[in-house]
Amino acid sequence: MKPRHKKLVIIASAVTALGVASILVLNAFQSNLVFFFSPSQVIAKEAPIGKSFRIGGLVAEGSVQRDDRSTTVRFAVTDTAQTIPVVYTGILPDLFREGKGVVAQGKISANGIFEADEVLAKHDENYMPPEAAEALEQAAKAQKASLVQ
Amino acid sequence: MTPIFAFAAVILLVAGLYIGFFVAPTDFQQGEAYRIIFIHVPAAWMSMFLYVVMAFWAGIGLAFNTRLSSMFATAIAPTGAMFTFIALWTGALWGKPMWGTWWVWDARLTSELILLFLYIGFMSLQAAIDDPRRADKAGAIIALVGVVNIPIIYFSVQWWNTLHQGASVSVNQAPSMATTMLVGMLVMVLASWMYSIAVILKRTRVIILERESHTAWVAELQKKGTV
Repeated sequence: MKPRHKKLVIIASAVTALGVASILVLNAFQSNLVFFFSPSQVIAKEAPIGKSFRIGGLVAEGSVQRDDRSTTVRFAVTDTAQTIPVVYTGILPDLFREGKGVVAQGKISANGIFEADEVLAKHDENYMPPEAAEALEQAAKAQKASLVQ
Repeated sequence: MTPIFAFAAVILLVAGLYIGFFVAPTDFQQGEAYRIIFIHVPAAWMSMFLYVVMAFWAGIGLAFNTRLSSMFATAIAPTGAMFTFIALWTGALWGKPMWGTWWVWDARLTSELILLFLYIGFMSLQAAIDDPRRADKAGAIIALVGVVNIPIIYFSVQWWNTLHQGASVSVNQAPSMATTMLVGMLVMVLASWMYSIAVILKRTRVIILERESHTAWVAELQKKGTV
């Protein structure tokens, strides 16, 4: 390869890299800036209708129902104000738990159920040993009990 | 000076990995998998910090025509790109077991990927231009334009809904991590600092010798066999 050609190739790859970067920026700004919608936004019809989108929130306590013969799971996603029922067939991530964060991708069906084709777990920024988590939980329980009294 | 920083980097790396993998407790949610944080977070911090330092020196070089600051910026780029790649790679390895996916196009992950492209763009543009002074100037422009991406990366988890969680350690809040975990992470951050200083100083030295290879003092050093 002549040095001139080599230079051309390098310039072309630099331009391509920059082009890809700016396409990604635009793409991110258009459709991915809002990674997910909350159940309240879905109820308020802010989410796209008839198109695939992501819903995010907490898995409602006591809402998870597993099918015995398949990998179909039913649960509800809540943001404590609104709740959306979700049905999903597939393998759930390890961190999928009641009361914990979740992001599901799919469509709202005619009967108002969110049919997910991907479920991701969203965890928080807290890191601590299990004993500390347990102590915190018990402190919260004690506080609740004293409030009731 | 360089060997001192390199030595400190090795000591801190061993200490940090030891604390991270043997001393720090298991996490209540993520079990053992969270331990990738000891590599992921220092790499991600360094990737952003080095970019700011690179853009600063490139800008100084552009503004005042000081050759050494431009050479320093050029020396920073590969290390910054390496840390960006490590942050993305370890993030993918962490995302698969915890979130259930290697990659999502959320604001945090996308802006960090753009950072990698900015580093690569900076390096390939400089490599494409034969005249080093012109290469310095062109690179400085990319570096300075790209600075806008740094606050976007940092605040992405606050500004938008992202799959990536918020910051565990920030300036205006008490860290939401157990102390041993935090200590392990900070030791690893120090190790990355020492490593970066050692490697970047060494690389700057090589760039100076390369660019000044026509001068008498480099020829003299070569004669003595010290280079």
